[in-house]
Formats: sequence, C-alpha cells, structure tokens
Amino acid sequence: MTSAPVTAVVRPGRVTAEPWPVRGLLLGIAGVFLGLFLVLPLVAVFGQALAKGWEAYWAALSDPDARSAIRLTVLTAAIVLPLNVVFGVAAAWAIAKFEFRGKSLLLTLIDLPFAVSPVISGLIYVLVFGAQGWLGPYLAAYGIKVIFAVPGIVLATLFVTCPLVARELIPLMQSQGTEEEEAALVLGARGGQMFWRVTLPNIRWGLLYGAVLCNARAMGEFGAVSVVSGHIRGLTNTLTLHVEILYNEYSFAGAFAVASLLTLLALVTLVAKQLLEWRVRHAGRAARAGPGPAPEEAA
Amino acid sequence: MSIAVRGVSKTFGRFRALDDVSLEVRTGELVALLGPSGSGKTTLLRIIAGLETPDCGTIHFHGEDATALRVQDRRVGFVFQHYALFRHMTVFENVAFGLRVRPRRVRPDRREIRRRVQRLLELVQLEWLADRYPAQLSGGQRQRVALARALAVEPKVLLLDEPFGALDARVRAELRRWLRRLHNEIHVTGVLVTHDQEEALEVADRVVVMNHGRIEQVGTPEEVFHHPATEFVMHFLGHVNVFRGRFVGQKAVFGGIELDVPDAPETGSLEARGFVRPHDLDLSLAPGPDTLLEGTLMRVNAAGPQVKVELRSEAGEVIHVELSQERHRALGLTAGMRAYVRPRDIKLFPSGTRPVSAEAAPVG
Repeated sequence: MTSAPVTAVVRPGRVTAEPWPVRGLLLGIAGVFLGLFLVLPLVAVFGQALAKGWEAYWAALSDPDARSAIRLTVLTAAIVLPLNVVFGVAAAWAIAKFEFRGKSLLLTLIDLPFAVSPVISGLIYVLVFGAQGWLGPYLAAYGIKVIFAVPGIVLATLFVTCPLVARELIPLMQSQGTEEEEAALVLGARGGQMFWRVTLPNIRWGLLYGAVLCNARAMGEFGAVSVVSGHIRGLTNTLTLHVEILYNEYSFAGAFAVASLLTLLALVTLVAKQLLEWRVRHAGRAARAGPGPAPEEAA
Repeated sequence: MSIAVRGVSKTFGRFRALDDVSLEVRTGELVALLGPSGSGKTTLLRIIAGLETPDCGTIHFHGEDATALRVQDRRVGFVFQHYALFRHMTVFENVAFGLRVRPRRVRPDRREIRRRVQRLLELVQLEWLADRYPAQLSGGQRQRVALARALAVEPKVLLLDEPFGALDARVRAELRRWLRRLHNEIHVTGVLVTHDQEEALEVADRVVVMNHGRIEQVGTPEEVFHHPATEFVMHFLGHVNVFRGRFVGQKAVFGGIELDVPDAPETGSLEARGFVRPHDLDLSLAPGPDTLLEGTLMRVNAAGPQVKVELRSEAGEVIHVELSQERHRALGLTAGMRAYVRPRDIKLFPSGTRPVSAEAAPVG
C-alpha cells in the first residue's frame, strides 16, 4: 500500500480551544449563574433602597442611629487598619526574611482567624472579657467595658482581619529575598533607611492591596461583631448590625439604603483590588524580565 | 587596604562552611576565591563584608580588628551574584544610594552627588542609561551598574560574589577583561568569588583554591596551575589524566617509566597515582624507551587551537591528549590508529599534600 500524504486540519487558535457550541453553552451557564446570584441581588439592593424615592433613601441615611453606625464603622476601620498594616508588615518580614524556631507555628496562628467561624471569634472575646469571663471581674473593678462596647468591636474586628495583610505580603517578600536589603546595608544604610527606602517601596502595591481587602472586611464584618456588640443603638451598632436591625423591624427601604452603602464600598474595593492586582503583576513581571517599557513612572 | 583573615570558622546547622581559614590579601591586590559550590568561598566573602559573623576567628582591615564592626561601617563595596539592584530606582538612583543614605554632616550636596554618579556611570560606560530601571537593562549592563553602585561609596575593599556567573560566555569574557583594566585603574583591594577556574586564572593576581571549607592552595595563577599543591587543585584547575603505578623503594614506576620519589611512603598502600595534564602528553606512532602505555585512538578533534585526542588503553582507560596542530599534522592521526603515549611531566602527591614533580625519565 502506498502511504497517503498526511493532511492535518490546521485551525487557527490554540489546540485547547473548544468548538463554539460548547464554548457558548459554558459561557451561557456562567452568565446565567452570575446574573441570577450576583447581578440581580446587586440591582435589587439599589432598587429596594430607592423604592420609596431619593428622599426616603436620604432620610434613612441621615437618621441619627444610621449616622452613629457609620461613624462607628469608620472608627473601627480607622483603628484596625493601621494596626493590621503594622502587624502584617512585621509578621511578613519575620517570616520571609529570617529563619527561627516556631516559624510554622506562627504561620498557622496567622491563619487561625480564617479557620474559625467569626461567631466563635466573637465568643472568645466574650469568654475572656465578658462580665462572666476570665478578666471580667478585674475589668469591672476598674470600670473598663470591653464587651458590649466599642473596644470589644475593635478587638473582634482586629482578630478577624489580622491575616489579610500578612498573608498578602509573605509570598511577595519571600520571592524578593534579602539581597536588596543586604545591598542597602553594605552601602551604609541604617536599618530604618533600609526599610523606608528599599523594603517598603518594594512591597507597596502588595501592602496597599492587603490594606484594601482588610478595610473591606473590617467594615463588612458581621458575625464576630454581632456577638460582642450588644446591639445598643447609637452606641455599639455598626453598619452591618444596623442593616439587620432595620430589616428585622420591617423597615426594608431603610435597611437597603444602609446596605447600599456597604455594597458601594464592595464595588469600590473590587475596582481597587483589580487595579492593584494588575499593578502587582506588572511590577513583578518588570522585575523579572529583561528590556521593556518603563515599569514605574513615579518612583 | 590589606585584609587579614585569621582562624575563621563558620557552621550553618551541622554544615561546616569554613574550617579554621586564614588568609592575607595585600593592599591593591585582586584575589580570587576559587572552588566548587559548597567549598565555603561565598561564606568567606560574606564574613569579610560583615554580612555573616564568624563562629570564631578575626577579620583585620589594614591591621585593625574589624570583626565586631557592623557591615555599614566596614566601607566595603559588595557586588552580589544576582546584582541585587534596587528594582524601584533608576540606574542613577541606584548608584547614588550609598551617598544619599549618609548622615547629613558627611553627605555630599545634590550637585556633588550628581557629579560623582555621572563620573561613575562614565567609568562603567553607562551614562546614557541613567534614567532606566534595572528591569530594562541587559545582564551585562546590570552587572556594571552594580559595580558602579558599589564603587560610589569609595570602598577600601571591593568584594565580588560570582560577578559574571549569570552571564553568557562572550559577555563574561568581555567583562572579565574590563574588570581587570578597571582594577588596574582604580587599584582598590579586591576579592572575587568564582567557581570558574578560567576566570580566576585570567583576572586575579593570586588565586585561593578552596574545598570543603578549607584552603587547599594560595598562589599566583601560574603557581596554582603549574605547581598544584594537592590532588584537588590538580583536578579542579583543568583536565587531568590519572595513571596508576606503584612505589618500589624510593621510586614510583609507571609502565616503562621510573620516577625518583624521595618521600615515597614506606608503609601502607604501595599504589602510586600519577597526574598528567592533556597538554603534557605526547603521542608517537612507534614505541620508545619512555612510552607510558599504548592505545587506540577513539576520537581526534582538530577544531580549536589545540587538537584534542581521545585514546583508549589496553586496560580500557580513556586518556585525553592535547597536541599542537603542527604535531597533529606531522603524525597524521586518525581514529582507529594505534599510538604510544609519552608523558612530559608527571605529578605525584605521595603524602597527600606535598607534590613531587618529576621529569619523566626512561628506565636507565
């Protein structure tokens, strides 16, 4: 038999590309799913919030209790965010750049808040600081209120959000190694100069990314805060708790109006996250690759 | 400035990186630390720089004990293997870094910094890249920026860790010659770490051959190449053929050749190992009185300045011979021919460290 010439059907595109009906079906399923479970609720939030018009929307937001909830949420984030940034940088620094005993234990501990339910996190603080808790009587003697007060809310939020910055920075710092820091030291830089001029600029996008996530979580936390807050209106009510209260009182327009604020925050966070992710990837690529366009204009 | 390393040891966990190492580097000299990976050469360099602290021993700069001096205060220039350029700074800012971080009273003003950085970039021929970022440079350019950055602080000692390791062969050879010229110009005391014997022999004034955390030999490139102190040095600095013979009294006997060995071992193993470099072997087509062994030519490669010949002996050993092109033409060698091997120089290390080099002499 003579061998026939081999004819290959060369299709443009990758070999892994699916035929278009399959692709269309998959995309369709994904689209319907996203529409049903993400876009529709999102539209519903704003739809419900504005169901009784702009005036009702504005009234719900300018209600003194709502105002106080906004203030408390912002205050909590304002305390938690800087603390987490400092903790995250310190922990990531220690883990990425030094070898020490108990390193894996520290890593596990950092992940702990992700592993336990937020409700449990809140409960831990009640058990420690509550009136019947270990430190309760001692704190009561000095008139310090932690549970059912602002400090408890801050502590619970801190616990829940503490892995976010560290988790973001550890792989970044590990991949960067210690050579640049060593170079700075050999060139005569003191520890502080090394940190501000070399370490921090190298991790800035990752740090900002972690901070954005941390902020979103701090403002949106419900479970842990719900346990320690006591739901005292105007005093220990955060935005998420306020939404719940309004909803339970059948004040739907008000609940959704406040919820729309948190939704807006989520949207802003997503956009910022997207931008930063692109930035981190871009910086990472520029650092690895050879000649290319200027990676960073503002140094 | 001179460097003196005295009795330095360093262990990492259970790994002994340096074992009682002592070394003197004279002012203005360029010394190469040469050895395989894990030989401790980089650890020694980092200890001199102050990036590691020795477990015991001292480092002296110009006669003064610098062991306790912090890395920032040692005034050394260090060029890292992977350059370690600050990725978020331009070339100009990288070079200026060492000047900018100085305490205010000793910091040059902006104009002075600009002038000095410009001059350094001219020195490394990169002034046209001042505004680029490290990611936009080629490997060779990054290497030169790293060097300019190290020189900016006017170091008394320049330390280079595998400076050309990550570059391709041509850029490497070019930079090597350039570094040698630069060293002749600025005359800073230099220590260079490398695992490439060619690089060490070409660039350095003196070569320190290291193995397993110890120094095997210190000498000029000629000394270590032509008069290796130990078997390890012999092996590490180029190809070598090993011939087995035996000791008979004060002589070592290899085939038809006898060598006088004054300090031949009186007891123990009577096996003698003779080392001959490929270019110290000659071939002939007829046996002579000084023939070491005969064999069959397996491969003749005439591409290159020297003709490389591979020969298999009766016993099955493969022997590498390098001949000049003239000798090759005169003999008319082709694979499959039989040939006789004659050594010009055999080296013996009877007591491990003391070498005996003997002109091969025919049995009288």
